[in-house]
Amino acid sequence: MNEALAMLIPTLPGLLVALPVIGGVALAAIPSPRLAAMLNIALAAAGFALALALAALPFGVNGWLHTDALNLPLLLLGALVGLTTACFSAATLPREGFTPVTGRAFHAAFQIFLGAHHLALLAENLGLTWVAIETATLASVLMVALHRGRAAIEAAWKFLILGGLGIALALFGTIVLGLAAQPVLGGEASLSFTALRGVAAQADGGLLSLAFVFLLVGYGTKAGLVPLHSWLPDAHAEGPVAMSAVLSGLLLNAALHAILRAKAVVGLNPATLSPGALLLGMGLLSLLVAAISLWRRRDARRFFAWSSIEHIGLAAIGFGLGGAASVAGMLHLLGHSLVKSAIFFTLGQAGRRQLAELAGLAPARAWIGWPLVVAMLAIAGLPPFSLFASEFLLVQQSAARLPWLVVPLAIGLLVAALALLRQVHAIALGPAAPSAEHAPPTAGAVVPAWLAPWLAMVPVHLHLLLALLLGLALPPALYAMLVEAGRIAG
Amino acid sequence: MGFGQLPFDMAHLLAGGVLLLSFVLLYQRRVTALIGALAAQGAVLAMAVAWQGWVLDVPALYVTALAALLAKAVAIPLGLRLLVRRFGLRRAVETAIGIGPGMIMGVGLVALAILVVLPATQGAGALVREGLAFAMSVMLLGMLMMITRRHAIGQVVGLLSLENGLVLAAAGARGLPLVVELATAALVVALAAVAGFFTLRLRDDFAGLDLGLLHHHRGESAPPGEGPP
Repeated sequence: MNEALAMLIPTLPGLLVALPVIGGVALAAIPSPRLAAMLNIALAAAGFALALALAALPFGVNGWLHTDALNLPLLLLGALVGLTTACFSAATLPREGFTPVTGRAFHAAFQIFLGAHHLALLAENLGLTWVAIETATLASVLMVALHRGRAAIEAAWKFLILGGLGIALALFGTIVLGLAAQPVLGGEASLSFTALRGVAAQADGGLLSLAFVFLLVGYGTKAGLVPLHSWLPDAHAEGPVAMSAVLSGLLLNAALHAILRAKAVVGLNPATLSPGALLLGMGLLSLLVAAISLWRRRDARRFFAWSSIEHIGLAAIGFGLGGAASVAGMLHLLGHSLVKSAIFFTLGQAGRRQLAELAGLAPARAWIGWPLVVAMLAIAGLPPFSLFASEFLLVQQSAARLPWLVVPLAIGLLVAALALLRQVHAIALGPAAPSAEHAPPTAGAVVPAWLAPWLAMVPVHLHLLLALLLGLALPPALYAMLVEAGRIAG
Repeated sequence: MGFGQLPFDMAHLLAGGVLLLSFVLLYQRRVTALIGALAAQGAVLAMAVAWQGWVLDVPALYVTALAALLAKAVAIPLGLRLLVRRFGLRRAVETAIGIGPGMIMGVGLVALAILVVLPATQGAGALVREGLAFAMSVMLLGMLMMITRRHAIGQVVGLLSLENGLVLAAAGARGLPLVVELATAALVVALAAVAGFFTLRLRDDFAGLDLGLLHHHRGESAPPGEGPP
């Protein structure tokens, strides 16, 4: 028995990637929406269990895959958000109005997206990371395109074109990185993370700088960093709600993780442009642009998508500063994913598109409205949630190391928080919006009517609880892992 | 290896041909001519990759060259042509800027690529440096095309041309694992499939492919009862 278990252990990371992909292909062939939704939950639950099992094992390289302190927290988070999103999506499936074909495509794309996300984090080879992010992009483009109509198609088109551009630039960066390392490695060139880190110090600094700039802009497109972010609000607003939750919760993190891997390699060479400074600059730009844009949004999901750009910008600033600020960046990524997907879950149930229509939601529908208010306070960076802790640590670190940075950072944080608080005020205290109450469609429901609200709301409370725990009582083991992750990211 | 030696000069000539065809793509005003130029670029690219395979003695590159020839020079142009003919898409392509400014910007981008690549790669061999400079120029011109074309097909052609630059870069990278080339080829097919799908859907909804129509629809729909529908 023990021997069988010992043989099983090396296959765990591969299984974690293969299970959703095979499941996704199977889901494409299942015509019954009820069965598909249940299988979707079961696959996501199995993925989460595998991720937990992986967390119990020691770190190490395993063929093309590896685990370390940088990818494990993000992997656990991704598997958890995948599971809760699958539950939420089963509960609210009738609202999306899928036809039988698009319903099948949605479930298949969702699982393939999860598999690609896990692969992007686990890959030890930067070429493999690129393939994974590419697959995740195509799966999410497909999900955005599922809804008919002009806006959804425009959103999917923008996503495809900008995503294709970003992915092409990232591949160019990956190739140049391989070229830079090749003369030092000799013979069989390699894109393995470990091998690249081993030779980075002797590699040509100019080529490494060139590679990092392309990787930063390329993966930065996926992460929603500013010059190439414009696909992100549209994709969040026009796809299924479950898709918005995993875009903000998973894809952005996976893309930023790829940038961090590149930074971990390039940063070892003293002769390059400083990768931290480049990342910090893009993060700051994202923060400021998003903070101002938040004031001009009327569409609720676009509003929160812009808030995702802001938070990824903040995390990028943290990683750009490096050192203890990297810990803030990691904590921020975890907290943001949890809270932001909770927000999208509540928005999906509120069933209203415009921010103005959300006014007075809390008094009118307390079951949905108050969790939304709490989640918005958390995303605005108010204590006691973990986003407060990470933002505080970030400001403190920048004050200690780059005092000039505090001014734009504080301005960005305040402007964004005030935009959020203005909406919180309207939702919690404002007069109810005049929009007519209409019962959500129930035709084609895949779970019993009594279970659906629970299945949709338990994820929200769970995410908020976890964000609270991360803020109040970070487990020492997790803290040690985040410190180690910060060290890897440089 | 340097100027005056056949392997180097030939590689230069073919890579230069790809770049030249990028400029041709930049000024085409008719959809069919645009697709023809893309096919020509694919064919020259396949020759450049095959030549690299011979010079560097990497047989795997012949596979890449064949894939580039089949996909870029034959299958994708034929598919695009079929789309254009079947739906009677408008034959003239509108660009956001004129030919003259477009050309000047193109030359500027090539100069930029050279200025960035050559100083950054002083440690690398001449063939690698020149190859990277050509590849990056083709990529930047592809990006410029994507920015200046309003038409969905124009944007797809820009993206495909950008990827031609990528293949050129991958071919010059001697000894990189095959995964890169395979991924590049897979990417092209996948993108073309998805792009074709969207082209159809766009056609359904807009009766034309001019994305300029979408410019006023910035995704921020006005609240009900306010602004144009």
